[in-house]
Amino acid sequence: MENTKEVGIKDKPKSREDVVIAIKGLKKSFGEKDVLKNINLQLKRSENIVVLGRSGTGKSVTIQCIVGLLRQDAGSLKVFGNEVSEMSDRELKQLRIKIGFLFQSGALYDSMTVRENLEFPLTRILKLTDQADIDKRVEQALDSVGLLDAIDTMPSDLSGGMRKRAGLARTIIVNPEIILYDEPTTGLDPITSREISDLILSIQKKYKTSSIIITHDMECARMASDRVLIMNDGEYIAEGSFEELHKSNNKIVAAFFKDIA
Amino acid sequence: MAEQVVIPGWKKWFENIGDQVWFFFKFFRNIFTGGFEWSEFVRQCYEIGYRSMMLVGITSFIMGVVLIVQLRPTLVAFGAASMLPRTLAVSFIREIGPVIIAIICAGKIASSIGAELGSMKVTEQLDAMEVSGANPTQYLVVTRILATTFMVPLLSVIGDAIGLFGGFLALNLRDNMSFQLYFTKVIGSLEFIDFIPAFIKTIFFGFAIGFVGCYKGFNSNKGTESVGIAANSAVVTASLWIFVIDAIAVQVTSLLFYN
Repeated sequence: MENTKEVGIKDKPKSREDVVIAIKGLKKSFGEKDVLKNINLQLKRSENIVVLGRSGTGKSVTIQCIVGLLRQDAGSLKVFGNEVSEMSDRELKQLRIKIGFLFQSGALYDSMTVRENLEFPLTRILKLTDQADIDKRVEQALDSVGLLDAIDTMPSDLSGGMRKRAGLARTIIVNPEIILYDEPTTGLDPITSREISDLILSIQKKYKTSSIIITHDMECARMASDRVLIMNDGEYIAEGSFEELHKSNNKIVAAFFKDIA
Repeated sequence: MAEQVVIPGWKKWFENIGDQVWFFFKFFRNIFTGGFEWSEFVRQCYEIGYRSMMLVGITSFIMGVVLIVQLRPTLVAFGAASMLPRTLAVSFIREIGPVIIAIICAGKIASSIGAELGSMKVTEQLDAMEVSGANPTQYLVVTRILATTFMVPLLSVIGDAIGLFGGFLALNLRDNMSFQLYFTKVIGSLEFIDFIPAFIKTIFFGFAIGFVGCYKGFNSNKGTESVGIAANSAVVTASLWIFVIDAIAVQVTSLLFYN
């Protein structure tokens, strides 16, 4: 690996406290297909990691393992120092409150308005009952993604970019400490993609969140990343800052950056 | 390159049974834990019950009319035209009404639930609910299954009444039978054991419709075509369950009340 560092080995955290997600030797197979072969990753507090990789290399599977949607076959996956695979349903539920997950489609609940979508985690997860407090939080979250005007709109009436923003507002409304973004700019025009990337960055600064961003959008990677990981065939093959990887001579890494000036 | 593993049909069948048992267990556990979603339950009762009422009403009415029109020539030939209200009442209340209405509900409700939850799965809404820390089983499954279990019997009762009224109109038009005479004969011919077992089996019909719809939707694949497959499979499986439950209910009723 030229101009790159081996993942999870050289860049040790200063202290255990700094690391919010620690993955070591993670493996996951579906039938005979080994999707994750050896994933090693450490996400530090207030850090944005961007994961680049071709489709089907296991990027989304990794973050689905982090929130316990999928269980790993082998390896260690600790979030806030707790092994996810050993958690009970109750513990997993508590953990999920601290982790926001933005799905590729936004995953807004179709049968609810934007307001109801945002109220859902407040009433079901945080168990808030004061309607004035709920309204205030909903408006604040929507305001921070610039979508206050669409508060009573149904998801079907929103554009792709607006759905992503609304999804982001629903994600941040419970003040998560970690946000996992699954291809946040896919399917959006360049201007809207840039707006979403700006939002990701501003959310990190405002809420001091740690993030893993899975994307194919190099502009998003450039704007939002503190660190970039390149994933290929179920493992990370390179790690570094966007600029470091840009100069890489590794063929797979260079293929991602070939159109970048 | 790894060889594709072919899972034997019997193993898949047992896996499927195991999945359904687990799904039932999760449903049952979630009824009593973590708070009940009353507002969603009421919304589902409205969607499932009120919005199916027109369809059930029209179908039951037509069934009542058709049964009288079909039965009349035969009974007239045997000189038993006066038996028409009784024949219609007993057959409609005991068997035809509950089964036909349940089949209609399977077509409308089970497919709708299967498609709705299937599309939520495809668009990652179920995953979103799960990873947010909310409980999709509690919010989506418990409310829908209980709503169908509650509303299908009600729809059945309403459908029975409308079907009997349809029968009256048909008889009134052909034989000029009065409303009072017709319903005196209908009520006089029905007994406790005609109503109660029929009503109880509609509760099971309702449960089967909700359960199958939710199970098929929740366990659909992630492709868009799986939404259609989930809806279709929900209707077919729920309809099959209705006949199986009916067969069991008839045997039990027969053993308990008619022997």
